Amino acid sequence: MTDTKPRVPASEIAAHTVTPRPTPGLVSVIGTAPTRDPRDRKKRGLRENLEGWAFVGPALVIILGLSIFPAVWAFLLSLQDWDGFSDPVNVGFDNYAAMATDGDLQAALVHTLVYTALFVPTSVLLGLFLAVALNRRIRFIGLYRTAIFVPFVASAAATGILTTYLFNPQFGLLNQVLALFGIPPQGWLEDPNQSMIVITIMSLWGQAAFTTVIYLAALQDIPSDLLEAARIDGANPWQVFWHVVFPQLAPVTVFATIWQIIQAIQLFDLVYTTTRGGPLGATETIVYYLWDAAFKKLEFGYGSAVAYGLFAVTLLITIGVTIYSRRSKVRAF
Amino acid sequence: MSTLQTAPRTKQPLRRPSGWHLVLAPIAIIFAIPFVQMFLTSVTPAKDINKFPRDFFPSALTLDGYEKLFQTSDILLWLGNTTIVSAIAIVSHIVLCSLAGYGFARLTFRGRTFGFLAIIGTIMIPTQLLMIPTYILFSRLGLIDSLGAAIVPWLASAFGIFLMRQFFISLPAELEEAALIDGCTRLQVFFRIILPLARPAIATLAIFTLLGSWNDLVWPLIAINNDQAFTLQLGITNFQGPRRTEWSLLMAGNVVATLPLILFFLFAQKQFIATMSFSGLKG
Repeated sequence: MTDTKPRVPASEIAAHTVTPRPTPGLVSVIGTAPTRDPRDRKKRGLRENLEGWAFVGPALVIILGLSIFPAVWAFLLSLQDWDGFSDPVNVGFDNYAAMATDGDLQAALVHTLVYTALFVPTSVLLGLFLAVALNRRIRFIGLYRTAIFVPFVASAAATGILTTYLFNPQFGLLNQVLALFGIPPQGWLEDPNQSMIVITIMSLWGQAAFTTVIYLAALQDIPSDLLEAARIDGANPWQVFWHVVFPQLAPVTVFATIWQIIQAIQLFDLVYTTTRGGPLGATETIVYYLWDAAFKKLEFGYGSAVAYGLFAVTLLITIGVTIYSRRSKVRAF
Repeated sequence: MSTLQTAPRTKQPLRRPSGWHLVLAPIAIIFAIPFVQMFLTSVTPAKDINKFPRDFFPSALTLDGYEKLFQTSDILLWLGNTTIVSAIAIVSHIVLCSLAGYGFARLTFRGRTFGFLAIIGTIMIPTQLLMIPTYILFSRLGLIDSLGAAIVPWLASAFGIFLMRQFFISLPAELEEAALIDGCTRLQVFFRIILPLARPAIATLAIFTLLGSWNDLVWPLIAINNDQAFTLQLGITNFQGPRRTEWSLLMAGNVVATLPLILFFLFAQKQFIATMSFSGLKG
């Protein structure tokens, strides 16, 4: 770790690109004289209100119309039994009660938790590791960065096709590599015990760039005097990392953990494009179950109730992690 | 290749190569393998693919996969559809989110704080909650099974408004004041002075919108069942049923769907990285 000194100024990476350029010397010296006439001021107030709403109105109508309005509607739907065609029947909170005894939903919850437990820690640790590895000025570093970051643009559809190809039990590259070491071919996506692991691996491939980039930005924000001081005090690189660097990264770790949990709980795409919930339902996640209930079985009411349940769980986890981190004196937001 | 490091290389005495190469090179190769396999398989003759064990590199290069793809599927139509969706999404995002972001950052009007908080609050609402009512709403509006269903949700976003507002707040106000005194209207100030300064933020916004709208799968999957209105992602996903063994064709489809974004990434890596860290949004 002798070459870990962050030599790239933080301003060149990440969130900082939105900093405005210094403005040319167009500084106004005259201020506007306040209008004295009250009628004039009233007219100006109306004009300003209209002007403001003209700027924000179009976007506001679209966003609220496609979020708050449907969110309220979803709650009303969750109190009904409705297939989209026949007359809806009001059932009160029966849909929510039914969730408690739905074995398939509970299985989906377990699969989602398994994926979350696999994906969240590995994606955060991998991001941290890759950021530390990439935060140095050595030959080919640009090439390494590009190779690790470019999978971020891969869609779930493309990743799904690549996954079924690379992990194909008959001819896939993974089994060919294992054969070199004398390991028998694995079932991967066709094995209920391995399918979620394969999906995790490919999610990491596509999303490692995100945690890496935010850690990289945070690493470059650490003042170099801090590292210098620790080194002068005789700390070895390992100690410098765990006692100086890692605590500085705590807010990013909290943020990345919350964000990745939310992502993991909502897993759907990659399941749809690889296993469609199989084999034997082993990869059926909550959102997959929700999609299936709503758009295959046309249970709009029950699907909406499941969606609200998911929303509540996400909210609770986010609040929980935030409170926990505030207690441990880490402010991520 | 790197756009991250532009600071001048400090003069250092010659020393042995860093041990980190032993860590980074294998990782970089592993990360590159899926895309490398994608490109190679798309130009591999069928006889090589059915061989076991298969060689990493094909014995000959062929465009059969692409030929079959273009002749037997509507991939070009889907490419056109996705291009339309993304182009409208980007233009609309830039116009609507910049206007709104500027309004929230700079104009004073009644309800400003409330409006902004309402928009930020929507970020908390997961898309899964909105799928069912939005589907019902769109089917009543006659949008289902048309390209419009894929376009409308991408016209503006809370994230975009937030991004632009943060940018405009950081701009010094003297600039616009001077122009207003000189007799410019707000809109003139906005288009002539503010927008040109906002290029870095607009680049971030455009890439965010491009990535999201180009790669979106869940919503088109729900809202579009008519293969004439398929997006590219929906089209290649549907290959998986009937054509799941035609690997060179599948990978050729994958290349068509992914190459534009890969090229964009290589071309504007710095802006992509900025977008990634700002949003973390994928899928």
